[in-house]
Amino acid sequence: MSFPWAQHYEPKFAFTRWVDEKLPLPRLVYNAIGGGYPVPRNLNYAWNFGVLAGFCLVLQIVTGVILAMHYAANAGVAFDSVEHIMRDVNWGWMLRYAHANGASAFFVVVYLHIFRGFFYGSYKAPREMVWLLGVTIFLLMMATAFMGYVLPWGQMSFWGAKVITGLFGAIPLVGEPIQTWLLGGFAPDNAALNRFFSLHFLLPFVIAGVIILHIWALHIPGSSNPTGVEVKSESDTVPFHPYYTAKDGFGLGVFLIFYCAFLFFMPNALGHPDNYIPANPLSTPALIVPEWYFWPFYAILRAFTSNFFFVPAKLMGVMAMFAAILVWFFLPWLDRSPVRSGHYRPLFRKFFWFGLIPCVLVLGYCGGSHAEEPYLMLSQIAAAYYFLHFLVIVPIISSFERPEPLPFSITEAVLGSDKKAVLGENTTPAT
Amino acid sequence: MATDTGTADSETLAIEDGVRRRDFINIAAVSAAGVGGLATLVPLISQMAPSKDVLAESTTEVDLTPIQPGQAIKAVFRKQPLFVRNLTPKEIAEAEKVPLSELRDPQTLDERTKDGKLNWLITMGVCTHLGCVPLGAGEGENRGEFGGYFCPCHGSQYDTAARIRKGPAPKNLEVPDYKFETPTKIVVG
Repeated sequence: MSFPWAQHYEPKFAFTRWVDEKLPLPRLVYNAIGGGYPVPRNLNYAWNFGVLAGFCLVLQIVTGVILAMHYAANAGVAFDSVEHIMRDVNWGWMLRYAHANGASAFFVVVYLHIFRGFFYGSYKAPREMVWLLGVTIFLLMMATAFMGYVLPWGQMSFWGAKVITGLFGAIPLVGEPIQTWLLGGFAPDNAALNRFFSLHFLLPFVIAGVIILHIWALHIPGSSNPTGVEVKSESDTVPFHPYYTAKDGFGLGVFLIFYCAFLFFMPNALGHPDNYIPANPLSTPALIVPEWYFWPFYAILRAFTSNFFFVPAKLMGVMAMFAAILVWFFLPWLDRSPVRSGHYRPLFRKFFWFGLIPCVLVLGYCGGSHAEEPYLMLSQIAAAYYFLHFLVIVPIISSFERPEPLPFSITEAVLGSDKKAVLGENTTPAT
Repeated sequence: MATDTGTADSETLAIEDGVRRRDFINIAAVSAAGVGGLATLVPLISQMAPSKDVLAESTTEVDLTPIQPGQAIKAVFRKQPLFVRNLTPKEIAEAEKVPLSELRDPQTLDERTKDGKLNWLITMGVCTHLGCVPLGAGEGENRGEFGGYFCPCHGSQYDTAARIRKGPAPKNLEVPDYKFETPTKIVVG
């Protein structure tokens, strides 16, 4: 959909007119991310991360397809083929580091994108579907990243695959057959490596498909904005192009500075040295940890050290880890406050900055540490608080919190007054 | 019922006991296609299960003759470490004098070995906590406080019957299915 004042696509040349009649693809793009998409005029830099995440996906697909031209998915030669990429293939070292650090960059921007949503209430009606598709994309990303980390077939690859597929072994009765079926053997081996490679190649394109649905669902109500007040009149919006293409372009430049700093000056800072040791099923690394972006969830997994309500500790940990993400699916209905933006919710805002954010940081820190005290107790407290935030705090404060007064419109929030909207000119019926 | 259009007439003719011929054909065709579609899932899912060459490696033979009392070896069973240990009489006595009430996962040494083969302790070398490989099977490795196995990852300690005694692991080291083919050879799996 679009607002009635959206600019119309008018092909200027005979050729573009001809294309528009046969396959109106340029028109689709114009209406999606061009001048034909009116966007609230007050978006801040927190709104850059969607475009940055899209950029990261393209980066990962381009570097990934190239790496696949040189990589061999066979347990006997996989590790050597990665070293071949690093040492022999022209620019191979850069492409591999770009891909490995690209995964980290992708998670950085996606986490910022998600937490932008938490703070500004982007998940609320009428954008629930946008949110649900977004959580789905995140789950697909996690699966893709995990399988990609297995491919170099180093020690962390092997033992990561063993621990993560072992999670399925915690399911009562059918767990072990499922684990064997997933691995195609009794421990990670050639069969597992091959199928992980196949799926690691496939899933990014599935993600691209779900992203199209995500953007489609977003464009029905249009983008939200930092006030959380819906668009009321033409003066509330500006065309996506050139206003936000320029703003996103600037953000992309800043992002690339940080990305290149890692890529060229500390390409292994986020990796684990044990993964430069070939996989050895008979020797365990002293510390098995996933990549940093899984640490908070890994901490929740390990937080369950004893049986809980007759449920074995291991199963409990697995369920809690998955529940930590699945709870996001219910967020649009757990948060019943009619006010969208955290800017106007004094209590919610405090619980966000001083509750949820430190809690996730503590979980992340504990997830990357040895499974011993005091990290276990810290992760237990933080994991309990994490669920408390989504299941208790958010629903309860949404029922009694007194929000601060909202601006009449986006224009009023920006300019201090909105004469046109007050006079009822140029307005669209409230949605 | 009586109408003057040809289509309605032919439809009227097809009605028998309220079931239309076309409905029957429709349901039958969709059902057949559905069953066929579901049947194609069988190979699609089954291909992911262990293949024949993987299953062919699913048993391991271990020759016990070179293992002296007090020694242990690491073998490989299903791509995972297998500990084969020849217990000394002292280690057997130590394992047997522990009251079951003290154990987290109560099992006697008898239950964990074969009849008359009390000295042959065959277990997986996979810690029941998070799957690390415990120390203690190799020469000179740390066997922990209880003289069995010690997991360096998170400090689980196993006794001379490979039972969990201390640390985070919930279970004893797993005893796989095996049998004595001859008095000096076992087949695991």
